[in-house]
Amino acid sequence: MFESVLVANRGEIARRVIATARRMGIRTVAVYSEADAELPYVRDADQAVPIGPPPPARSYLDTGAILAAARKTGARAIHPGYGFLSENPDFARLVTAEGLIWVGPPPSAIEQMGDKINARNLMEQAGVPVAAGTRVPVTDADEAAAQARRIGYPVMVKAAAGGGGIGMSVAAGEGELRAAFDTARSRAERFFGSPAILLERYIARARHVEIQILGLNDSRILTLGERDCSVQRRHQKVAEETPSPGVGAALRERMLQAAVRAGEAVGYRGAGTVECLVDAEADDFVFLEMNTRLQVEHPVTEMVTGIDLVEQQFLVAAGEKVSFDPEFVRYGGHACEFRVYAEDPRRFLPSPGTITEWAEPSGEGIRVDAGYQAGNQVTPFYDPLLAKLCVHGASRAEALSRARDAIASFRISGLKTNLLFHAELLDSREFASGSYDTSLVARLRP
Amino acid sequence: MAEIRAEMVANIWRVVAAEGEQVEDGATLVILESMKMEIPVLAEAPGTVTKLAVAEGDVVQEGDLIAIVE
Repeated sequence: MFESVLVANRGEIARRVIATARRMGIRTVAVYSEADAELPYVRDADQAVPIGPPPPARSYLDTGAILAAARKTGARAIHPGYGFLSENPDFARLVTAEGLIWVGPPPSAIEQMGDKINARNLMEQAGVPVAAGTRVPVTDADEAAAQARRIGYPVMVKAAAGGGGIGMSVAAGEGELRAAFDTARSRAERFFGSPAILLERYIARARHVEIQILGLNDSRILTLGERDCSVQRRHQKVAEETPSPGVGAALRERMLQAAVRAGEAVGYRGAGTVECLVDAEADDFVFLEMNTRLQVEHPVTEMVTGIDLVEQQFLVAAGEKVSFDPEFVRYGGHACEFRVYAEDPRRFLPSPGTITEWAEPSGEGIRVDAGYQAGNQVTPFYDPLLAKLCVHGASRAEALSRARDAIASFRISGLKTNLLFHAELLDSREFASGSYDTSLVARLRP
Repeated sequence: MAEIRAEMVANIWRVVAAEGEQVEDGATLVILESMKMEIPVLAEAPGTVTKLAVAEGDVVQEGDLIAIVE
């Protein structure tokens, strides 16, 4: 195992990666922007290096500053977390060219999956089902309209290089399509540096279900069950659970096999996630995209399997065997994650501010991955995730019951949070029944 | 006269309207950016933009004046 790791990220995920590294006896290095100097993850690390001003382009996306921090501290490996540079193949190559260990998949796998059009085509060739869509980038609105007529409305318009729901929109007809196309193009250029657009048939009543995979050094691709991420606002996840209440044994098995084929198609190593859309009525699924990094919602998988996914990332990156027997993975109980965002619970608008009170729930089956504590300032420069409240129970009912108590006792003051939304979600009949889809939040907030 | 103020801490990403411009009810005046989200600031009634108190790249605090529409 390598002696040290630099975590090229911030907030809750930096803290979470540092926790496992420390447990494994790996020296940890944090990097931070001027806006984050007071955050807990900076203190948790053995060493911390300032890397620049608050805007991400001048700090967490500044590859030169991050590599300089690695040189200065003698870090032997770099863990990118999620977001920022985690899916940047050029950065992964720079890290290895520097003689450091990249805690992530091969850069070629990141590249192949990073372009969503390429990923779709690749999956189709590998025998993984994909939705009707475009096989080459769509470059103008007339071409988009022609393609949409072929695919059939409604269609989803999205950035080929995109992620995080940014620039994605649904069009029910040609007028909406042309507007959506223009918006998607400008966002795609601004956020992802590429104007390439992809159209896909939109499944209205779909569940968003993803498969956790782990590529081993002997080339085997393991699966570690699914996560249901259908509770979304603005195409971004708000709550997740495993197992999915909407996926039966036969469909699950087909999805797990497709995820293995996806991983094999790109020679995957380490932790990754194959995202799918499940059409519950048709009892069928299509490939959506692959995230070539640790996923925000990975704790629910850890809670039902007892496997520390960050530990497996470190082991695979170091060329070693994983810590568990791949033939005997046991799945126990049910786990949910609730993303606590700094946003108002009605319209979901951002609410930066200073945290004056922070009291986390605790107890049996409760895990809180938090990026902040009382006294911290939450700035407008980064995403609104404050903490992940994760809950485990022997059954879904027990997990939801524990979640209700935990949400009620989680106290955060000084800014608005969506805790009230989570309380309502847990009280809603639709969520409680388990038969919900990605339009659930829109129905709760008409 | 309507004073339009920032609802949250944000960066001014785009200034869409100009001083002296006639705007419709619901027209976008300015686009804020906060926490990776773009938030349009809209005119709440038709009128003339008599003041634009922000420029692109500014940081506004909750309650700061953005524009006046008369």
